[in-house]
Amino acid sequence: MSRQPNRLPSGGRIDRAMPLGFRFDGRSYTGYAGDTLASALLANDVHLVGRSFKYHRPRGILGLGAEEPNALIQLARGNRSEPNLRATQVELFDGLDADSQNRWPCLKYDVGAVNSALHRLFPAGFYYKTFMWPASLWMTYEEVIRNAAGLGKAPEGPDPDRYEHMHAHPDVLIVGAGPAGLAAALAAGRTGARVILADEQAEFGGSLLSDDDVFINGKSGRDWVAEVVAELASMPAVTLLPRTCVHGYFDHNYLLAAERVTDHIGAVVPNTPRQRLWKIRARQVVLATGTLERPLVFRDNDRPGVMLSTAARGYAVRYGVAAGRRPLVVTGHDDGYRTALAYAARGIQLAGIVDLRPDPSGALVDAAREKGIDILAGHSVAGTHGGHRVEGVDVAEMNADGTGLAKITRRIDCDLVAMCGGFNPTVHLFSQSRGKLRWDADMNAFVPAKVHDTTHAPQRSVGGCAGVMSVAQSIKDGIKEGLEAARATGSTARQPAAPAVEEPGIGAHRTIWVLPSDKPVGHKGKHFVDFQNDVTAADLNLAAREGYRSIEHVKRYTTTGMGTDQGKTSNVNALAIVAATLGTDIPAVGTTTFRPPYTPTTIGAYGGRNIGALFDPVRTTAVDSWHRANGAQFEHVGQWMRPWYYPKAGETMRQAVDRECLAARNAVGILDASTLGKIDVRGKDAAEFLNRVYSNAWMKLGIGKCRYGLMLNDAGFVMDDGVTTRLADDHFHMTTTTGGAAGVLGHLEEHLQTEWPDLEVYLTSVTEQWSVASICGAKCRDLLAALCDDIDLSNEAFPFMAMKEGTVAGIPARVYRISFTGELSFEINVPRRYGMALWEVLMAAGEKHGITPYGTEAMHVLRAERGFIIVGQETDGSVTPIDLGMDWIVSKQKVDFIGKRGLFRPDLMLPDRKQLVGLLTEDPSEVLPEGGQIVEDVKPAPPMTMLGHVTSSYYSVNCGRSIAMALVKGGHARKGDTLSVPLAGKTVKVTVTDPVFFDLEGSRRDG
Amino acid sequence: MQLIPCPWCGPRDDAEFHYGAEAHVARPAVPSERSDAEWEAYLYLRRNTKGPFAERWLHTNGCRRWFNVIRDTYTHEIFASYKPGEPMPDIDQLTAKKDA
Ligand SMILES: [Zn+2]
Repeated sequence: MSRQPNRLPSGGRIDRAMPLGFRFDGRSYTGYAGDTLASALLANDVHLVGRSFKYHRPRGILGLGAEEPNALIQLARGNRSEPNLRATQVELFDGLDADSQNRWPCLKYDVGAVNSALHRLFPAGFYYKTFMWPASLWMTYEEVIRNAAGLGKAPEGPDPDRYEHMHAHPDVLIVGAGPAGLAAALAAGRTGARVILADEQAEFGGSLLSDDDVFINGKSGRDWVAEVVAELASMPAVTLLPRTCVHGYFDHNYLLAAERVTDHIGAVVPNTPRQRLWKIRARQVVLATGTLERPLVFRDNDRPGVMLSTAARGYAVRYGVAAGRRPLVVTGHDDGYRTALAYAARGIQLAGIVDLRPDPSGALVDAAREKGIDILAGHSVAGTHGGHRVEGVDVAEMNADGTGLAKITRRIDCDLVAMCGGFNPTVHLFSQSRGKLRWDADMNAFVPAKVHDTTHAPQRSVGGCAGVMSVAQSIKDGIKEGLEAARATGSTARQPAAPAVEEPGIGAHRTIWVLPSDKPVGHKGKHFVDFQNDVTAADLNLAAREGYRSIEHVKRYTTTGMGTDQGKTSNVNALAIVAATLGTDIPAVGTTTFRPPYTPTTIGAYGGRNIGALFDPVRTTAVDSWHRANGAQFEHVGQWMRPWYYPKAGETMRQAVDRECLAARNAVGILDASTLGKIDVRGKDAAEFLNRVYSNAWMKLGIGKCRYGLMLNDAGFVMDDGVTTRLADDHFHMTTTTGGAAGVLGHLEEHLQTEWPDLEVYLTSVTEQWSVASICGAKCRDLLAALCDDIDLSNEAFPFMAMKEGTVAGIPARVYRISFTGELSFEINVPRRYGMALWEVLMAAGEKHGITPYGTEAMHVLRAERGFIIVGQETDGSVTPIDLGMDWIVSKQKVDFIGKRGLFRPDLMLPDRKQLVGLLTEDPSEVLPEGGQIVEDVKPAPPMTMLGHVTSSYYSVNCGRSIAMALVKGGHARKGDTLSVPLAGKTVKVTVTDPVFFDLEGSRRDG
Repeated sequence: MQLIPCPWCGPRDDAEFHYGAEAHVARPAVPSERSDAEWEAYLYLRRNTKGPFAERWLHTNGCRRWFNVIRDTYTHEIFASYKPGEPMPDIDQLTAKKDA
């Protein structure tokens, strides 16, 4: 076990009584409860945590939290493995096992040859230039990039963890629990409003956890945090969500947040999801997301040990870790002095403070001088030394305007460079909500200017994210805006008094976007802007010189800001550098769009429980268990599971389907037809309504009679078909295709509501009220007669296309004499609860007739033998009844029906439209593939003029040969012609026929 | 994720709805009297307004009723919702009131 050489002897919000063992890149270390992986690694003097994306340079920890661009790790093993996590945000737990993500070919060893090769490979616009030319080399590049680039690895199997979704409708959602957010929550919470306070970190407090120089009401900032959190926790209407990153801000105050429920435990907790996705619709939103510090851009500013100043301070104050034993602070801002003082207060000798300002002054500067810290005013860092860790910097005095060096450089040794380039308000969520930003020239940063929609998405930004840098003002603003937000929702209380805050005064800062060096940018080293994507100041200069003017284009060209960190540390520096190159100001270059998510979020959280069987409902019939017990193979039809065929032991699919097809004609076949859509149509205008939505006539259909109808859309194309039966003068039972039921109901409802509200018609989906056993074949009348004594089944009493009510095996039933096979057929409808009983009775009574259950495949063959279409197979949304040869079903008498006007558009009347025909292959055993293309002139190779395609194709045992249906250009006039279907390796000759292959005179339907 | 005000159910998440494009496009009363061009326009031509727009919505996973909404297609601001058959409000007046 290691000894944590950089752990300070005391301090920090860690539990020294709780050591935790962990592994990083296969080596064992120890940290403490309360550490992040990053703080624990630094405690163990591990700075080198990755290799850079393009140049493969050694990289260290740069930040303290979400902004981290370098320390990307892959956590855990097997199917729980997760890439792209930031070590700065991963809470340490015992047994944590992480790998650095970017380390090819090896984290520790530099590969010179690879480096120099990659050097040439990756200029600005590399991706564009590579994709453009030469295309043939892309495969080669891609292999190198995939190895070189730390994109992480996806697990190979399903994620074993569980994720859940929560819906919340708070009065006030407060994002961020730093001083401003806590104050807002307190003020809003005291009104009794329903408040959610979410923070991405494990502990509330924000910057107050990392600063030891802020005192509130005479106590440390951390004590004030504890008091406020205790009061909030006691409020029943307040929900506290630590470890919850609000990462998306959408229309009308809809926000998404991912809560890490068990990640920090490192084990599966029973009955607990790993993460929860919160879907929050808030009446009021208070954004208190703080700031992100900007790095400084200087030569070779990417060596491990160069980190953000606030990060270096946070490791020392919050985690009790000295990120260096000889730190150098580089700053143009008073805040950098706080880091120097924090290290000095812990007995660590500073290498100095390089201050960009020629004449720094103020309380913090005085305090540093008192501590004897060497201050190099008006100096620049011209470059750095070191390999796997920074060892020193070259510094020199700058000229007055900061564009060059005034003196020769000298080296200062150090093992930590804490840099402060100023602060960017974290405006990501504000910007996602389409708020407008404004460039604040004093702060040198973008700040919120105008809320997008104050009516539907009322929100306020407070504290750092609003550009307020003092804790005192942040708390004041938090109290005021938190209370106003609550008041806007109707809750109120007295305004809490603002506490007295003691904090260091912050004076004027100086911003220099690229620190001057003794060599021009792009020579003898690299000035990194985007650490994650390896974009340098030279790359941005090049892009500007190559003519890119818009930051959105520069971003795509150079890939700056396009990593998993979304440019949290790089975007403003990049903008400033591009603006300077173009000789324009920053607002003129614009700002890139902030898009959700704020930080990478696991797909599992979005999926929640909507995976596997719960992804989409599976609908089953009342007879489903019988089908399963009897070996049915199933197919999905829409959401339904339908038996496809019922193979007996040793049977192939073809053998089973042949057997089923023979039995369905010559003995008795039985089909579970329960899945057909059924709509109850009722009301005094029901017949008139059907007359308008079907292409044929309905007014005179007799009670107890059935009629087949084609439903068209108003363009004239077939959208559905089915048989509808008149139950009473004002009452019809409509059936639809299995997959089309919901769409048909929607189509009918829409026309009733929006076009014909004067019609009195009521529609009710009754698909699941009925279980339907369809029996057909030579013996089916005998079978039904044995079970039914109250319906006369003779052709005279019960003709084709009629419905009778009676009882079958004692079960109340509606029996329809309709047929989709062309065979004598009865469709027995019983209430669903009797479905299984009916089926079993039919099977038992049918045994002596050779009753055979058949599935959808045999059903398809049987209907194709008779030339009956299937909507969606013979039609594709561009097929009319005329194309199908079904002119007989298009009423000439009706003035109007949906689709009538459309049918008479000129294009739909052209003679060479694709029309439905039958195809017979020259070789009767050849079964064409469905989708096969049909041509007249066969060429040795494509392209050939295609006339159409095969829509249905089967081997028909009843016909003793293969049969097919097809849509063929001008097909109705081609009957008798020979055409060809070119396939891989052969061409099949076919004869065009009528699409009817069996029982041509249609005599079998009466038995 | 917009909050769509159903005139019967109240404001609901847009996941419950289907969008129905431009409102107040009536199906011609006597289609046979319409020219091919007029029928094509009825079937396929819809305005694609950037800004306040009268459009149809269907509360599919709620009351299953159609209704109309005046909504800014760019800002997603919603100014009014009303039942089918009710007259279209004066959009200029609605949006002007908002700006005031
Ligand atoms: Zn509704």
